[in-house]
Amino acid sequence: MKADIRVALVGNPNTGKSTLFNALTGLNQKIGNFPGVTVDKKIGYSQLPDGRRAEIIDLPGTYSLYPKSKDESIVFSVLAEKNTELTPDLVVVIIDATNLKRNLLLYTQVADLKIPVIIALNMMDQAKKAKIEIDVELLSQRLGVPIVPVSARKLEGIEQLKNIISYANKFALQQDSIDVKAIAPQIIASISSEFKTDNPYVALQLAHQHETLKFLTPAQSDRIEELEKEYSFHSQKAQASETIARYNYINDVLYDTVHTPVTAHDESISNKIDKILTHRVFGFIIFMSVLLFMFQSIFAWSAYPMSLIEDLFVWIEGGLRHVLPGGPLADLLIDGVVAGLSGVMVFIPQIAILFAFISILEDTGYMSRVTFMMDKIMRKVGLNGKSVVPLIGGFACAVPSIMSTRTIENWKDRMITIMVTPLVACSARLPVYTLLISLVVPHKNVWWIFNLQGLALTGMYVLSLLSAVIVAYVMKFVLKARERGYFIMELPVYRMPRWNNVLFSMYERSKTFVLQAGKVIIAVSVILWVLSSYGPGDRFKKIEQTYSQPKYTKTMTPDSLARVISTEKLENSYAGVLGHTIEPVIKPLGFDWKIGIALITSFAAREVFVGTMATIYSVDGDADRIDSVQDKMRNAKNPNTGGPVFTLGVAFSLMMFYAFAMQCASTVAVVYRETKDWRWPAAQFAYMTVLAYGAAFLAYHLLK
Amino acid sequence: MTLEQLGVGETGIVKEFTDLEMSVKLMEMGCLPGESIRVSRIAPLGDPIAIHVSGYQLSLRKFEASTIILQ
Repeated sequence: MKADIRVALVGNPNTGKSTLFNALTGLNQKIGNFPGVTVDKKIGYSQLPDGRRAEIIDLPGTYSLYPKSKDESIVFSVLAEKNTELTPDLVVVIIDATNLKRNLLLYTQVADLKIPVIIALNMMDQAKKAKIEIDVELLSQRLGVPIVPVSARKLEGIEQLKNIISYANKFALQQDSIDVKAIAPQIIASISSEFKTDNPYVALQLAHQHETLKFLTPAQSDRIEELEKEYSFHSQKAQASETIARYNYINDVLYDTVHTPVTAHDESISNKIDKILTHRVFGFIIFMSVLLFMFQSIFAWSAYPMSLIEDLFVWIEGGLRHVLPGGPLADLLIDGVVAGLSGVMVFIPQIAILFAFISILEDTGYMSRVTFMMDKIMRKVGLNGKSVVPLIGGFACAVPSIMSTRTIENWKDRMITIMVTPLVACSARLPVYTLLISLVVPHKNVWWIFNLQGLALTGMYVLSLLSAVIVAYVMKFVLKARERGYFIMELPVYRMPRWNNVLFSMYERSKTFVLQAGKVIIAVSVILWVLSSYGPGDRFKKIEQTYSQPKYTKTMTPDSLARVISTEKLENSYAGVLGHTIEPVIKPLGFDWKIGIALITSFAAREVFVGTMATIYSVDGDADRIDSVQDKMRNAKNPNTGGPVFTLGVAFSLMMFYAFAMQCASTVAVVYRETKDWRWPAAQFAYMTVLAYGAAFLAYHLLK
Repeated sequence: MTLEQLGVGETGIVKEFTDLEMSVKLMEMGCLPGESIRVSRIAPLGDPIAIHVSGYQLSLRKFEASTIILQ
């Protein structure tokens, strides 16, 4: 889509930036990646009053142009790199009117890049409530930029902002803030002349950030390094004096334009809430209750939509089978692609509900209190208060949770969080657990209220958290820290969640999940289908010949004959041959070749287990009828012992394997995306497989 | 005296920092020399702490607070 003007949205976290972005663009937005990095790039379009179209880029929230996390590092490079498809013509800096001073720091930095700027002064209503008086007119004069008061939540001032955007100048007219050159005169002069930039602040930022900037060549970066040595440029000292100078300037500007009363009104309400929510005792009880409610809801509310989605796909499969002529192509489409799609789609309700909760918890400000309360415990085991969010999210799905670790600034903490998140019992393990538990654990109550099956399931969940914590603790000693960890974090004022944002987040995350995980799952389903539908040599032909003999066709009903044939075919398919090949390795865990096939197919995604079991134990109908799968598995006999295949030992061994093994292609892919190094997913895969094998071995031999 | 030693509800004024790297981050967040800081609360497990500074609430670990010297 062509746009007439490109606008970048910049601002501190918790200033309502994404609300403003949604208000400006409506549903007309798309999410991609910034080139070369895995930072979400949100772009939307807005129709301006003069008929032109504005492309709006939502840049990650940051307190300054000096990045503290991966996401933040994108802001300067987008603003400073000239003539790319992202270079903005105009920057809208969104500023929280209740916290002008800190917010203006980022503004002065952006303004010094000399790109045309507009200030959107958000939360004016709350500033008024807090009796903060702002002389907008005078402030605008002082800074030399247009200031538009808005209330993004109430959609006030949006049209006015669009108007000002359409009138915006092509040239930067803002006042100079500080004397940038004075900070490091020599290096700024050298970089300016060698790198052909006429802006001293860009030159200074290049000196600070050259190591991480993608648009510099290695030779250019080395050259800047040389210059730094030559002029003994000390990045942190320069940053410190710059920050002090900027705040001096800001204090001068605000001196007679803003009047703030001694205590802010909102803050005191927030304080009262905090007294309860971060209370020594109640704080943890409330947090546990919130978690419990969240899980209950994820499972309870998703059950109905999930069965609807399943029914829909059964209906589609039935329809396709009816319409399409039979043959391998139709089978591929129905058993491979459609079955794979349904495996992805069925998780949408859980993911959407999880993200609704996460975005409500973040929006209200509660999540940062959880981080605040949990930091000390988490630090003991090598994690960080901010690891709580991905770990909790891991109960639904590791893929979005690993994506959410980007907020963890510290490299080591982030890596450990990424490495242990897949251990947390995700929703894909749930069908596996429920199936196996219902097979071997009796449905009866102990101690009046506790159901044995429920206890077993709870045990699996507790085990998952414990293992994540223990592995994190071990990794704390294995990994070397790259930088010092710190925990300087804003505790935003409590606010009502913005339901629009919640809906957006549900929609966006589900879409990302379907597009990213979907590709992998469909590809793997297709491969699996091929592997299980074809066999080496003429084995399939022989089976068909054998069963076309009268002694079978005469004695068996066509249905049971078809079942016997498909079971035989599966055993002789490539997947079956693979299952037989790995049988010696998995025998110590109590598994036979049939379970071996399920293990192999489950490396694509755990939930494939139920489907594979259904196919292997040749159930007619679809894999979603867990009851019938269960019956077949219960009746399956071990040819060597004559007893059932799924004994207590085998079932728990299997559950242990599923608890620890990295059986999720999407997670492997997302870990690679987030770490940009194959060694991370490889190491993760290796340690999890070892754990899985060990735990399964123990469980089998203890319970045999 | 450092910020770490303040009790809940007590106020101090920032004088200087003992750690350059930390000071850069703290100053960006508005903890500047001359700025007044009030300790709002301490996390249930004793660390980190929450402070009120330049009109908003900031949380930081006790170790980080110990790098801030008060007047």
